[in-house]
Amino acid sequence: MTVSYALLGLLKGSSRHGYDLKRSYDRRFGEVKPIRFGQVYRTLSQLERDGRVEVVGVEAGSGPDRKRYSITSEGVTDLDTWLGEPEEPQPHRQSVLFTKVVVALLSGRSAEHFLDVQRARHLDAMKALTTARRNAATTQDALLADFQLFHLEADLRWIDHTESRLAALAEEVRDVPDPRRR
Amino acid sequence: MSQILAGDDLHKSFGLTRALRGASIVLDEGEVVAVMGPSGSGKSTLLHCLAGLLTPDRGEVRFAGRRIDDLPDRERTHLRRTVFGFVFQFGQLVPELPAVENIALPLLLAGRRRRQALAAAAPWLSRLGLDGVGERLPGELSGGQGQRVAMARALVANPRVVFADEPTGSLDSVAADEVMELLVDAAREHGTSVLMVTHEPRVAAWADRTVLVRDGVDALGQRLGMASP
Repeated sequence: MTVSYALLGLLKGSSRHGYDLKRSYDRRFGEVKPIRFGQVYRTLSQLERDGRVEVVGVEAGSGPDRKRYSITSEGVTDLDTWLGEPEEPQPHRQSVLFTKVVVALLSGRSAEHFLDVQRARHLDAMKALTTARRNAATTQDALLADFQLFHLEADLRWIDHTESRLAALAEEVRDVPDPRRR
Repeated sequence: MSQILAGDDLHKSFGLTRALRGASIVLDEGEVVAVMGPSGSGKSTLLHCLAGLLTPDRGEVRFAGRRIDDLPDRERTHLRRTVFGFVFQFGQLVPELPAVENIALPLLLAGRRRRQALAAAAPWLSRLGLDGVGERLPGELSGGQGQRVAMARALVANPRVVFADEPTGSLDSVAADEVMELLVDAAREHGTSVLMVTHEPRVAAWADRTVLVRDGVDALGQRLGMASP
């Protein structure tokens, strides 16, 4: 889903070949996982079928890369719509942290210990990201690291907050009867 | 790396409130350490005891191998002016003095001549991106600029240890990053150790190591987030 809009965005500047698009995509978004050629061409074919891109030139030779693609006015409209719509907030990305705390208390284990080791792991990750951000060659790279740093920081705040309320949570977890036994 | 500062089994009470209950901490030469912990955990008290601003009720503070918690006031003051530097949350600059004189203040207090002190302070302005603001009063500086002046003041006398209490507490995230980068770079360049108290993980992430204070006890036992050698 995001890939098709990323390609539309890249095509908004000028018409391009698939190979060129892959390289631009990888430079902008492919740090974690570069896009495969196959996916670029599949996505372009899909966009072409939907009328969002069109082939504006075919060069002589063989292979899939002889086509040159351009964004259509439908594609531009679609891109604008996508960019104007807010994404669904996803506050549950780290809900496994929450689950572990409750399971620890349910099973009479130390939730503090888990929160401590998790805090240490988060701080280590933040330190590595801070170093990466300092060495970032571009603003885009720096902001990508910032994006991750702020999210890890939010987890850490939750970890600290939860730790200060563990006693209350432990009591609640102990006291709530299983509804099926009622 | 050798130890520059150590607090051992520190206790400190204010009335009935036991702020420190046996906290221990070690700071190596050139090391940047963040002290974290919830409000009321005793982290600021720990910093103040280590810096000689407070006298612990029990326990020892050693600087460069020498015990300093039992020194007479005058000697401790001398220590604070010559080998320690301080950065606080709101800069705490002298409002009547222009930026460059605020930077020069520790040198003046240590008895340097005015002209010498100002000459030593001036290069810090450009170094911290404060060109052209040297003659401004603290009230005319932005929060980030003021905090950079406070940092220059902490570093101007080439201290062995800088104590920073919530050094970015009043700044937005961009200014906070700038301040931290400058602080860490300057400390590395001069081999200065930094002990900073912060409640912000993003600030602590600049440190080589993070120490957690909880209920007035060194966190510690464990060295959280230790840098790989």
